[in-house]
Amino acid sequence: MKEIKSLLQKEIMLEWKQKYAFNGLVLYIVSTIFVCFLSFKQIIDPPTWNALFWIIMLFASVNAIAKSFLTESRGRQLYFYSIASAQAVILSKIIYNLVLMLVLSIFNLIFYTLFLGNIVQDMPMFIVGLCLGSAGFASVMTMISAIASKAGSSSTLMAILSFPILIPLLITIIRFSKNAMDGIDWSINYKFAIILIALNVLTIALSYLLFPYLWRE
Amino acid sequence: MKLYLKIICVAFLLFSIIGGLLIPVPRLPILHETIRNLFYHVPMWFSMIAVLIASLYYSIKYLGSNEMRYDVLAEESAKVGVMFGILGLITGSIWAKNTWGAWWTNDVKLNGAAATMLVYFAYFLLRNSLDDEYKRARIAAVYSIFAFALMAVFIFILPRLTDSLHPGNGGNPAFAKYDLDSTMRIVFYPAVIGWTLLAAWIVNIRVRIHKIQNHFLDLE
Repeated sequence: MKEIKSLLQKEIMLEWKQKYAFNGLVLYIVSTIFVCFLSFKQIIDPPTWNALFWIIMLFASVNAIAKSFLTESRGRQLYFYSIASAQAVILSKIIYNLVLMLVLSIFNLIFYTLFLGNIVQDMPMFIVGLCLGSAGFASVMTMISAIASKAGSSSTLMAILSFPILIPLLITIIRFSKNAMDGIDWSINYKFAIILIALNVLTIALSYLLFPYLWRE
Repeated sequence: MKLYLKIICVAFLLFSIIGGLLIPVPRLPILHETIRNLFYHVPMWFSMIAVLIASLYYSIKYLGSNEMRYDVLAEESAKVGVMFGILGLITGSIWAKNTWGAWWTNDVKLNGAAATMLVYFAYFLLRNSLDDEYKRARIAAVYSIFAFALMAVFIFILPRLTDSLHPGNGGNPAFAKYDLDSTMRIVFYPAVIGWTLLAAWIVNIRVRIHKIQNHFLDLE
């Protein structure tokens, strides 16, 4: 537990020191939304609004999380290897990326609402979906970024490896937030929330089990 | 592979291919004669899933033991699985064109199949991008276990929660509906067993080819 805490602290310190990286991500989201705004002008159709929102989230998450292992130098990785357990490293990375994704998703929602309007009827439910979706993106992408960093660190590889296995998550989250947009009751929508939670738990458990094999060299 | 398994494989395949065209089938609306696709399309998916589960099993075995032969088995099983997957997509597409009027529809089962193919193509790409043999084996095994678990949710759980046009979902006639018609079962089960055995046989041969190639590489 202490290991995770100090590793998490190190991640946040590092992010704070390199604020340009985070600002870059926010700018990435804002400019993507602005391009969408110029191309669409206004979106009245709920499915389109929803799909575009999650596609922006998807690309933002690839960009945000790709760097979590790619930017670590070999020397630094070796250092962590000698002082911390593999499980602590992956869990701290997942938690850190989860927080990062939550912050980015809030930015995304705010700017998306400003430019393209907001046609969500059940906002609390939509935000629950946003949290579950961000958590799912963060946990899957962290593991994929670890795999891609071992395989020559190309960001194309990261996208190729992650997109197909994100499809189940993406379909479920789009369905869930579409129901939230239409104001459909929890009694119908809860099963998608359960799938999302199950996917998150599964991903984190698998990362916990498999990461040690990636880590040792 | 044991000789008797090969004989069973060939006998069952001949029986199901010929029998599938000859036996009387129930006449259902829309489906009509295309119901015979059950004998050719569905076994592809059964054998694909069988070899992909074998690939998963060998990946786990590799991580546990670090023996290269498990990695070869995992890779060749995945390759044969993808081949059967493509055959399944082709037979399904031809059938869909004749019954639904389109080669491809937006349907959970179809999308699940396509996403699975994408995952395994990514798996092969990942393998090719790594030069070191042991590193490749380890990282590919990790990816294949990780991806398989997530795809399993997609293929086995999601379709059961949503409506689908595909037979077996949303009130469309499925295999369970043919229960009354036991003649179809007589052909269907041997077809599944035959194609699965064929898949295992191909994996077996491919692994042996791989071994011989490695042997020659060592000689050079």
